Amino acid sequence: MSYKPNREKPPRWATLLLQLFCPANMANELEGDLDELFRQRISSIGLRRARLRYLKDVLSLMRPSLLRGKPSEYPNPNPIDMLQNYMKIAFRNLSKNRTYSAINIAGLSVGMTTAILISLWMWDELSYNKYHRNYDRIARVMQHQTYNGTTSTAVATPLPMRAALQNEHASEFTHIASSSWTEDRILAFGDKKISRKGNCVEPEFPIMMSLRVIKGTVTGLENPTSALLAESVARALFGDDDPINKTIKVDNKNYFKVTGVYEDLPYGTEFRDVKFLLPWSFFLQTEAWVKRSETNWGNNSFLLLVQVAPHTSFDLVSNKIEKIKARHAKEEARFNPRAFLHPMSRWHLYSEWENGVAVRGRIQFVWLFGIIGAFVLLLACINFMNLSTARSQKRAKEVGIRKAVGSLRRQLITQFFSESIMVSVLAFMFALLLLQLILPWFNQIADKQITFPWAHAESWLVGLGFTLATGLLAGSYPAIYLSAFRPVKVLKATGSSLRLHAGRYDAIPRQTLVIVQFTVSITLVIGTLVVLRQIQHAKDRPVGFDRAGLLTVAMNTSDLRAHPQALRQDLLQTGAALNMATSSSPTSEVWSSDASFSWSGKDPDQLGDLGTVGITHEYGKTVGWQVKQGRDFSSNYTTDRLAMVINESAARFMGLKEAVGTPVQWNGDQYKIIGIINDVVTGSPFMPIQPTVFMLKEDWASFIHIRLDPNLNAREALSRLEPVFKKYNPGSPFEYKFASDEYDFKFQAEERIGKLSTTFASLAIFISCLGLFGLATFFAEQRQKEIGLRKVLGASIVQLWQMLAKDFVFLVLISCLIATPIAYYLMHDWLQHYTYRTALSWWIFAVALCGALVITLITVSFQALKAALLNPVKSLKNE
Amino acid sequence: MIAVMVRYLLDIYISNVLSMKGTYLGEFEEVVLLAVAIRTGDAYGAAVVNEIEQQLGRAVNLGAVHTALHRLEEKGLVKSEMGGATAERGGRSKRLYVVTIAGLRALEEIKQLRNQMWDNIPKIAWS
Repeated sequence: MSYKPNREKPPRWATLLLQLFCPANMANELEGDLDELFRQRISSIGLRRARLRYLKDVLSLMRPSLLRGKPSEYPNPNPIDMLQNYMKIAFRNLSKNRTYSAINIAGLSVGMTTAILISLWMWDELSYNKYHRNYDRIARVMQHQTYNGTTSTAVATPLPMRAALQNEHASEFTHIASSSWTEDRILAFGDKKISRKGNCVEPEFPIMMSLRVIKGTVTGLENPTSALLAESVARALFGDDDPINKTIKVDNKNYFKVTGVYEDLPYGTEFRDVKFLLPWSFFLQTEAWVKRSETNWGNNSFLLLVQVAPHTSFDLVSNKIEKIKARHAKEEARFNPRAFLHPMSRWHLYSEWENGVAVRGRIQFVWLFGIIGAFVLLLACINFMNLSTARSQKRAKEVGIRKAVGSLRRQLITQFFSESIMVSVLAFMFALLLLQLILPWFNQIADKQITFPWAHAESWLVGLGFTLATGLLAGSYPAIYLSAFRPVKVLKATGSSLRLHAGRYDAIPRQTLVIVQFTVSITLVIGTLVVLRQIQHAKDRPVGFDRAGLLTVAMNTSDLRAHPQALRQDLLQTGAALNMATSSSPTSEVWSSDASFSWSGKDPDQLGDLGTVGITHEYGKTVGWQVKQGRDFSSNYTTDRLAMVINESAARFMGLKEAVGTPVQWNGDQYKIIGIINDVVTGSPFMPIQPTVFMLKEDWASFIHIRLDPNLNAREALSRLEPVFKKYNPGSPFEYKFASDEYDFKFQAEERIGKLSTTFASLAIFISCLGLFGLATFFAEQRQKEIGLRKVLGASIVQLWQMLAKDFVFLVLISCLIATPIAYYLMHDWLQHYTYRTALSWWIFAVALCGALVITLITVSFQALKAALLNPVKSLKNE
Repeated sequence: MIAVMVRYLLDIYISNVLSMKGTYLGEFEEVVLLAVAIRTGDAYGAAVVNEIEQQLGRAVNLGAVHTALHRLEEKGLVKSEMGGATAERGGRSKRLYVVTIAGLRALEEIKQLRNQMWDNIPKIAWS
């Protein structure tokens, strides 16, 4: 008896009602009963009454005992059950293909570690200075000034500006505080002596910066003899004793009473080095030049901090105070001084100006590394996509069967997404582990104190969100690609015909991804090579003095200045010092300059702005500079009191053909140039050298330079020198620096970039190669039979290797073609902001491209050779 | 084989437990149980409805029958398993019920009780 579907129907809505309220497994059975009875009743009692009975039956079934139903013998999977199944299958797949899983998870976790590391770094950079509660209302006053047609921008302001702001614009500010620069001083309590950095500040500074009080108060700076200490300093000086009201001795001459202890400022703040605060009034009293500066608009030597009032904004105030200096000081107006407020939120990342216009500052690195991080993660995701799609044929049957038993495409997409999310969660866990291992090292090269915020729920949320996003990104392509298979095709096809179905254009997306990967990697590698080359270029620059075995001691107390001749004699007596001299600036810096030099033939419009260094007779011999023309200072000529030695840059700057012998007027005296030395690199080694004059000024001395005997080792020499310094500077610990260390310090920022970009470029290459390795393994495996046949028919190993490696080499070559112009453009741009820069020579590109090719070949060859060497009997016999 | 033994023993045990508690069989439940017994081998919802309607000559609701079957199964007097699909039902499967030993014993007990009571009716009652 055959069932005719188009017979009389029971009331449709009644059936729907049943389906709505009944559990699915019960509904099926009950519907069967209802339907059977309905059919019987049509013939016995007629259609109308049968329908009525049907309805009554349905209604009678609506009772709780039936609706609850009984547990079904067959599972009725809900989404969670299916997810369990997906996870199970995913795990089986992972453990079945260990190599691919390892490559996937390793690549993804390395990518994630990089991304997390970079996010943490970016977060740290962006939250710089946020420790201060009034972060968004604090600013420092800065000035643009134009000399010789170029505008320079500086933080230093003249002291009268503070009074002018107070008198004319008091309502715009909540607090105004002047500060000295951060300087080393010696703090002593009892026989404990330590050297720390600190500032002299006005009483409002601690309040403005919302310093956190630990003991005492932070309001004590009204009194010229009180001092505030950071907690670490208080601990170092007093141990566990209460520091309040104890008296400390500063620089072996001034006494202060400790009135407060504040929490050390964290590493991510501008004033992180400030470990103690001394009163501004003390600074005024003891330093005569500061007192004089109170009325001098020409001396830009102080830091001026303000907190703007709540009703106004930085821009409004900047507009109001712009002309303040020009109004008050007519003689300064020719430099077109323009004051403005630089908000605290911009100090760290936006602090570079070129000709009075704000240019990219540190923020560019935040962006740069952010982009690199995103790219490295993308590379890892691409690996995942590539390996999944490449291996899709192995899973095609699974997709076919799932579809045949009723999986919707949506469900398959869900399956592949849940799989990729699972892998990314695994990778995330590995990444956290890896992060713990790498953070200390990263902190060291990035000069940070970053920790992963384990305790914050937000960081976990972000981490998981980020994992989810990675999973979705990595799984998107396989999910869509694999779920689109037609079940009939994939189930009917056998291994080889499946490949025909897959089609020749099928590989294009995969190839594109490989090209993207290698383009990014090669660009990073070229970039890194250029950065390293640039650093090396600056390091190879002639330094102009002999920095090996040169020791510098800062003259931190006046005791050291008291007996210069005796000190010199004693130092030479030790045998450790071959020579000794003093100067007003460290060897590789010029700390002061003056604009009032004039000489014959000077253009009246040109500003005679030269760096000034005061030295003693032996300075040249001690540091080992090279005299190019004329002669060095000599004690044989008493006229050398009014002589100058200038550097090459100064000679060029002054436009003198025959510089030696030229008279120069300065400070009301007539000097004579006696010699020209080769340029000594001062300031940034990437920038042009400042034109500088050297004069004999013993009383300017701030640094002692000692040429060590090269026959003694450094430790031995230092141990001989130390007693001499203890004798002449009893109130101070013996602190010294090697000129070579100081010089290397100048490369710190660039070396940091160099190290970081080396790291990222290696990671990028590593991840890309990992992906390539996976693909090569897969294809070698796929073509095992083909290789076996070819071998049987006489193909040589080299031919097989060529066949397998060719495709990949071709892709990498295309990447090279794309990466070269991109890298050229980017690096050309980067080099522009160094005056002293290396050329973008062709060999850098050649090295990077050859390197990429060689690495590709090595990666691919391993698998290709393995496949080519396989005994064909093995690969052909099993069918 | 062992499984069958175990199930047999379990049935006895359950029926003992139930009889100890003095399981009460409602009138309609008894009718349904009898119908299941009559239709042994082919006792499912619609068949039971048909059987009762034929035997009693009155209309019963499918819901009532299913509720009763449900209760009987809970009491252990019937058991069920899914049977094959047939064309009459639009290819839907049916649940086939079988009277368990406990169910059989319950029916016998009721019958015996009735007979006993019948026997105790004095002849005089009919005059």
